[in-house]
Amino acid sequence: MADLSDSVRDYPFRQRHLLGLEEYSRDDILYILEQAKYFREILDRPVPKVPTLRDKTIVNLFYENSTRTRLSFELAQKRMGADVVNFSASSSSTKKGESLKDTIRTISSMKIDMVVVRHESPGVSQFLTRQVEAAIINAGDGAHEHPTQALLDMFTMQQIYPDLTGKKVAIIGDIAFSRVVRSNVLGLKKLGAEVTLCGPKTLMPAYVDSLGADVSWDLEEVLGWCDIAMALRIQLERQGSKVNMIPSLREYHQMFGIRMEHLEKYPDFTVMHPGPVNRGVELQGAVVDSDRSVILNQVTNGVAVRMAILYLLSGGKRE
Amino acid sequence: MTLTPDLLIQNVKPVTDTKKGGKKVDLRIRGGKIDSVGDGLKPEPNEEVYDAEGAYVSPGWFDMHVHLREPGQEHKETIRSGCEAAAFGGFTEVACMPNTDPAIHTRDVVEYIKKQSSELPVEVYPIGAVTRERKGESLTEMSDMKEGGAVAFSDDGDPVWNSQMMRLALEYSAMLGVPVINHEEDLDLSRPGHMHEGEISARLGLDGTPAIAEEVMIARDILLAEFTGGHIHVAHISTAGAVDLVRKAKSDGIRVTTEVCPHHFDLTDAEVHARGFDTNVKMHPPLRTEEDVEAMIKGLKDGTIDAICTDHAPHAEEEKEVEFIYAPNGIIGLETAWSISVMRLLQPGHLELNQLIDKLAFQPRKILGLNLPEIKEGEPANLTLFNTDESWKFDEREVRSKSKNSPWLGQELTGRAVAIYNKGRFVENRLRN
Repeated sequence: MADLSDSVRDYPFRQRHLLGLEEYSRDDILYILEQAKYFREILDRPVPKVPTLRDKTIVNLFYENSTRTRLSFELAQKRMGADVVNFSASSSSTKKGESLKDTIRTISSMKIDMVVVRHESPGVSQFLTRQVEAAIINAGDGAHEHPTQALLDMFTMQQIYPDLTGKKVAIIGDIAFSRVVRSNVLGLKKLGAEVTLCGPKTLMPAYVDSLGADVSWDLEEVLGWCDIAMALRIQLERQGSKVNMIPSLREYHQMFGIRMEHLEKYPDFTVMHPGPVNRGVELQGAVVDSDRSVILNQVTNGVAVRMAILYLLSGGKRE
Repeated sequence: MTLTPDLLIQNVKPVTDTKKGGKKVDLRIRGGKIDSVGDGLKPEPNEEVYDAEGAYVSPGWFDMHVHLREPGQEHKETIRSGCEAAAFGGFTEVACMPNTDPAIHTRDVVEYIKKQSSELPVEVYPIGAVTRERKGESLTEMSDMKEGGAVAFSDDGDPVWNSQMMRLALEYSAMLGVPVINHEEDLDLSRPGHMHEGEISARLGLDGTPAIAEEVMIARDILLAEFTGGHIHVAHISTAGAVDLVRKAKSDGIRVTTEVCPHHFDLTDAEVHARGFDTNVKMHPPLRTEEDVEAMIKGLKDGTIDAICTDHAPHAEEEKEVEFIYAPNGIIGLETAWSISVMRLLQPGHLELNQLIDKLAFQPRKILGLNLPEIKEGEPANLTLFNTDESWKFDEREVRSKSKNSPWLGQELTGRAVAIYNKGRFVENRLRN
């Protein structure tokens, strides 16, 4: 296609699945982001559609509620002309009813080319690659990885800073429970960015240092340092835990919530959030609506990045 | 299982106090007892003969921590299939944990297990529950169960959680002269842990079971054992800190003993990552770190760790082949314990052969207060025949257990138990390949 430069076109992208950014090289990531630019432009056209996947059938297998990620994938698929089926179930249904192994093998027998999967258990996308031939795209596996989210985040950052080398990214909030963190740290480090994780110590995983980022408990220090501040959603009561990991959302907002006073005091950083936002907890409402926030750009970019991923993993070459 | 009360075993090397084992001898068994030990014993008319071709022989091995799943979970294992796995692994006797359905919490369940195993070559010693239904609320009738054949008490699978309950259990069992075996895990610290809490769990986003969850519980139990004078046996020890606690307690003269499983001195938490969330590396306690593996080996060498056990925990394929966080904990281990011990302890020179046999044959029985079998004229023949150098492949066909949840499946292993003799029965372990 004319929109792609020759260097990009020639890149030997050899990935079969997108299980996480751990398995992707710096060049793989840059290639995807470059491709996504083309699809981002398509989204601005009067008829934002391309027939790239019109002979492909994709199933979106969602075992967890995820309105935005599922919508984003579905839009991406439909804009590319794919046949799409959605399968939603509660995670517990695989414990009580049909096993995931049987579900995926049944669906696969209906001649599915790609599977987009969201599940509460880390490693589910790896599990699926052992069961079926289809290309597997991880749309979030527990607190492990959420690679398309990280890719859309990096794409959004590139719109501000085309070269992320040396750029300073702070990720603030529930680090332990976040799949967004792990994929972002992996991806951002590969692109040469510096990452600091910030949040209450009880919301940090043990051995947080092994994630490859710096760690801070001091929001002011972090906001003074960073180019990008990415806040994460905070839930007081976490799945699987009977104990609250922090005393209150009120105290969280006092210690780690980004407020208008921070935007004034530190004029350089851009605000991001993977959504959905708890207004008044991780971000003051006015911060969400301010011109320093690119949260809605993230959402739009998400469709373009997912189109790029679907295209690259569909196995097809564009003529 | 047919009886072979009379058998001539030729060319075996008894493992003695010396490092290498003695010279080759022949063993004549008459009526299930050792009749004579000598050089160049000639077959008698109609006598069955087995040429061991230079294999070692030692008193039969004892696995003091297995899950036989019967009654109640026969789709995973039965007493018969579990004993076949034990025999293949060289174990002539096992002690089975009470997390069955119903739990081994009354004398009739103890006697049921004794009856189910009575005709098998492997002797099964039930371990009774500490509390009724393993709920941690009220003591079982330990004395009655002991009369029926129980050799120790444990709520394994779960810890004895309540400190008062553990105090009572230690007091009561001390009166009976049997140990309490505790699954050492502070559940508040460990739940909903799916692997060791460490660098790997941080990267994989899996909730971790921290080492401290094991160590806190062991520290409590050591204090309670000292206070009550009871005997606490620390089940499946897995962390360096836990080994330190037991070492210190032993030097203080407290009645504490412990055991370790081959997977805890062979594998680390890195396997969860390397194997792409393979549920055959998911167990409790979880695979720990390299440092912990080294501590297990050191503990075995200096005697802090008394015994080697398997925590043989069969689960059906449909139970294990699921999402990682839904998979049950545990792996089978009876068939592979010897090979892993040879490869990780004997070959690198950490333990001599007689020391290894001590951990497999004598220490478990000492902990449980059972008689030690001897290879001596007039004694019941209770024997394991084995080698330390045979290479063999542990593929699915070699699994004798009803379940196949092993992390060593498909691997080339070294050292094999070639036969056992016990209860008047001879089992030769022929490879199916």
